[in-house]
This record gives sequence, structure tokens and C-alpha cells, in this order.
Amino acid sequence: MAQIELEAVEKTFVVRRKRGRVRRERTVVRAVDGISFEIEAGSVAGYIGPNGAGKSTTVKMLTGILVPSSGRISVVGLEPSRQRLQLARRIGVMFGQRMQLWWDLPLIDSFQLLRHIYKVPGDHYRRNLERFRELLDLDGFLQTPVRQLSLGQRIRGELTAAMLHDPEIVLLDEPTIGLDVVAKERVREFLTEVNSERGVTVLLTTHDLDDIERLCSRLLVIDHGRLIYDGDLETLKQRYGGERVLVVDLEEPRESLQVDGAHVIRVEGSRQWLAFRRDETSAARLTAAVTAAAPVRDLELHEPDIEDVVRKIYAEGASEPTAGD
Amino acid sequence: MAESLALYVRLVSARVRSQWQYRASFALDILGVFLVTFLDFLAILVIFHNVPQLGGWTVEEVALLYGISGVAFSLTQLAVGQLDLLHQLIRDGNFDLVLIRPRGSLFQVIASDFRPRQVGRVLQAATVLVYALVSVDVAWTAGRVAMVVVAVVGGAAIFAAVWVAAICIVFWTVEGRESVSSVTDAGSFLSQYPIDVYAAWLQRLVTVLVPVAFVAYFPASYILDKPDPLGAPSWVSFASPAVALVAALVAGYVWRFAVRHYRSAGG
Repeated sequence: MAQIELEAVEKTFVVRRKRGRVRRERTVVRAVDGISFEIEAGSVAGYIGPNGAGKSTTVKMLTGILVPSSGRISVVGLEPSRQRLQLARRIGVMFGQRMQLWWDLPLIDSFQLLRHIYKVPGDHYRRNLERFRELLDLDGFLQTPVRQLSLGQRIRGELTAAMLHDPEIVLLDEPTIGLDVVAKERVREFLTEVNSERGVTVLLTTHDLDDIERLCSRLLVIDHGRLIYDGDLETLKQRYGGERVLVVDLEEPRESLQVDGAHVIRVEGSRQWLAFRRDETSAARLTAAVTAAAPVRDLELHEPDIEDVVRKIYAEGASEPTAGD
Repeated sequence: MAESLALYVRLVSARVRSQWQYRASFALDILGVFLVTFLDFLAILVIFHNVPQLGGWTVEEVALLYGISGVAFSLTQLAVGQLDLLHQLIRDGNFDLVLIRPRGSLFQVIASDFRPRQVGRVLQAATVLVYALVSVDVAWTAGRVAMVVVAVVGGAAIFAAVWVAAICIVFWTVEGRESVSSVTDAGSFLSQYPIDVYAAWLQRLVTVLVPVAFVAYFPASYILDKPDPLGAPSWVSFASPAVALVAALVAGYVWRFAVRHYRSAGG
């Protein structure tokens, strides 16, 4: 049985806007519009989409913060909004833009309080804290009041706070937002580590493409409250304009080359850009075809990057959810 | 239960530790509130300066009402006064964090803060209550002594229940805390006077809808052996714990209903 299951989940909000002095217009916004997916235990899944796509709303329904308007949600076999307290013991949650640590107290005090809130047995607490101190290098600032920590230090504290009670699943809403490159890398290493070491299922929302490349074996792309892609990164790259581009420097300017399996997308003097799909031709075959057609001075191959792919999905707003393999 | 209480103490003392960094203002706050709230009682003395009795009650008897109601209300403020900040938690979306933890949401909001200044209010009300207990003309029996305790504890529970039920409005309106304060403050105010002086509709309001008459009026009537203007039987005076229980159940239901309609913020 999957650890996280969503079936035709919807969440609508009623929004009242001012129209004129007294009149108010009532509109219904579908933040999440019929989403279904399953996540197996032990996987790392990225939940991505533009701002306002419904990512956070979904995460909030998974934790029981928001009650779905319709559909069914099951997390570790529990219904989040009705069994919130039981669920809270078994999942860890971290919001990159909210702080659960106690602002005025030393970091270690927050851990102590959370230990009691979650009723973590003493030996588990000590073992976990020791491990996280090492993984996240907390020792330098355990005694520092949270308000004096840098963002990077605070996020490391937040990650520890979310993991102290041995959760089976950890849900992270933009965990790397605002962090510098080094701090981001540390967060990713930590998540990779707890996933492989403890088998913790990780579901994260992010805008950071490196997060996706580095962490996620599975991608769920959401737009306008609908799931528009569910599968792995490679398939995503292939399916959506996963086009590779061969940049050709010719000996002299000439009109667009005509080659099988590729088309010219740009011409600039003697330089031409040929886009092609991995499943239609290979770089080697294309290179051979090009050199046969015209004298070539230089070649350069560009792989599609995830940024382009995601941008393209957003732009297209692909209509049907596609099953991944 | 004992474990929750221990956690409550832990969370509240964490709060006090943060505030203790500003300890001078800590003590001044308590003193200030202690003194300022006497102005409140002064208003009652002014009335009695002009009339010898109010609805058949002497100044010492009204002081008893004021003392019971005041101690109950200030204890409530001390315990659940943090509900005043609920609208902030909701507006900023930080109520999310309350909901991801394996503890009751109301419990966490209540334990999230502590206002030592309210200690000053408790001390002031207790001073008035002690003065009233000493000066009223009453033959003290076990039942009457018990009634003082029942009234204060039950009264605090009734105030707390009214407060919780009323504050839930901010789950929908976010703002609107002011109107909630006026409900609770008016409740506290109305319970400081004998209901004999109120119009009939107001008497019914404070006995049935917002049952603050059970905080001080009925218990004090029993202690002072006063007839009830609504003609209620004398056992009604002991109904305060039962009323508190019903009010608490209703408040708990309203809270749970409201939490399910929490909309969070952003994202």
C-alpha cells in the first residue's frame, strides 16, 4: 500500500472582493482541482509548479491543516484532517517560510520543548540529536538564541526540529528558499542522508531546479490546481521539448540546413542551431549528416536543462496529466 | 492529564524565561495593573456614595460580587488571555504550526504565551474579595465557604468558555478581536452587579445565553441568602459547575468546528 494517497482531491476557497462601496463579489477559487497520486514509502518526490499552482495547499491538506473540499487523502493509512494528532506524531513538517523554533530561547531549548510535545523517548532523543548535530554541524550555535541565528543556521535548526521524533515521512515546503549555495547544498545532503539512512519518505515543494536535479527521483508537476506531469526527470525532459540542440559553425553563411530528424531553430551569420529529439536521431548521426551537407568549422552540443523543460510545461499548461513510468 | 499539565508548565515557563530578560518591566507591569484596576472598583464606590443600596444590595455585598467575578475573570485572563493573539496567528498563517503538532490546538494556543501583568489583576480582585468576605454580615457555614470556592473555579471556567466560543469568530473574519473583547469584557462587567438592577431581557441574557450570572450572582445570592428576582430555586446557586461544564462542551465544539474552517494564509 502506498504511504501517501490522494484521490480526486479538491480544495476550493470562497474569496470576497470589494466591488463598489458596499457590494462584494463572491468568487470560488479552485486552489486544487482534482488531484490524484500515490507515493511509495522511501521515495523522494518533488512537487513543483509556479506560484499559486496549489503546491502549498496540497501539502497543507496532507498534514491536516486544511480540510479538503472533496476527494480522499490517506497518509500512513490515516485521514489527515480527522486524525491530525495521530498523524502529527508520524510525519515531520518544515515550512521554509515559517518558524517553529522559539524565537527568544537558545536553539537547544526548542529541541527540548519539542521532545516533550512529541513525547520522544529519552534515548531516541539523545541518539537523534547526536546524529543531527553531526550531520548539520549544529554544535557552534546550540546555545545561541534563535533570533541571533543566520537564516542558514536557523533552517538547519528547523530541519532538526522536524526530524527529532523519527517521522516516517517528511514534508518540506520550499526548504531551500533564500539560502546561499553552500547552505542549500547542506540541506540537500541532509535530506539525501535521512532518506537513505532511515528510509524516510521525502516530499518537497521547490522552485529550485538544483533541488530537483539533485534530490528527486520522481516529479509531480502541478499547474492551476491540476497535476500535469507525474514521472521521472528523464522522461519529463524527453517529453517536453526535451530537445537537444546542436550548434554548428559553418565555413560560410548559407541558408538553413535540411537534415533528417532535426530542424533549424535559429540562424546567425554562419552559425546555425539545430534542434533534435533523442528518440529521433543521435548526436553522432546528426553530426555526420551535417558535415556531409556543408563544410563545418566547429560543433557544440547543448543538453536540455530542467529550467527550460519546466518553463515550457508552464507555458503550454499541458492539458492532460500524463502517467509516468 | 498530568502529562499535559507538566507540558503546560514547561511551555509557559519557556515563555516566562524569554520575558524574564526584561525583568524590570515585568515587576512594573504587575504593579501598574494592580493599581489601575482599583479605578474600576472605585466606580462602584462612587455609585454607593450617592445611593445606600443597589437593588437591595449593600456596598459590602456588591464587593463580594465584584470580588468573586474579578478573581474568576482575572484567573481566566491569566490562563487563556493569549487567545487575544489568535487573530495574529491566523493572519500570519502561523496557526499552521499549531496544527502540525500532536497536541490539541486550543491547548497549544493557550500555552503559547503568558502575561505576568495579569497577576496584578488577580491580586487586586483577591484584595477586594478578602475585604468583602471579612466585612459582609454572614453566618459562615461549610456550604457557604464551599460556595466561594465553587463560584471562583466554576466562574473562571464559564468565562473561559465564553471567551473561547466568542474568539472563534476570528477564524472567519481575522479581524474582529475588538468585538470579541467587548463580549468578554461586558460579560465580566455585567457579572459585577446584582442582576436585580437589570431589565428583564438582560437578566435572561446573563442567565441563559451568556451565563455569567452563574459566575457571581447566584453564588453570592446563596451566600447572602437573597431571593432571586427570576424566582429560581436555591439549588441553582450550586449549578455553576454544571453550567461551566455545558459551556465548556459548547465552546469545545465551536472551536473544533472553527478549526476545520481554518483557511491558512499564502501559498
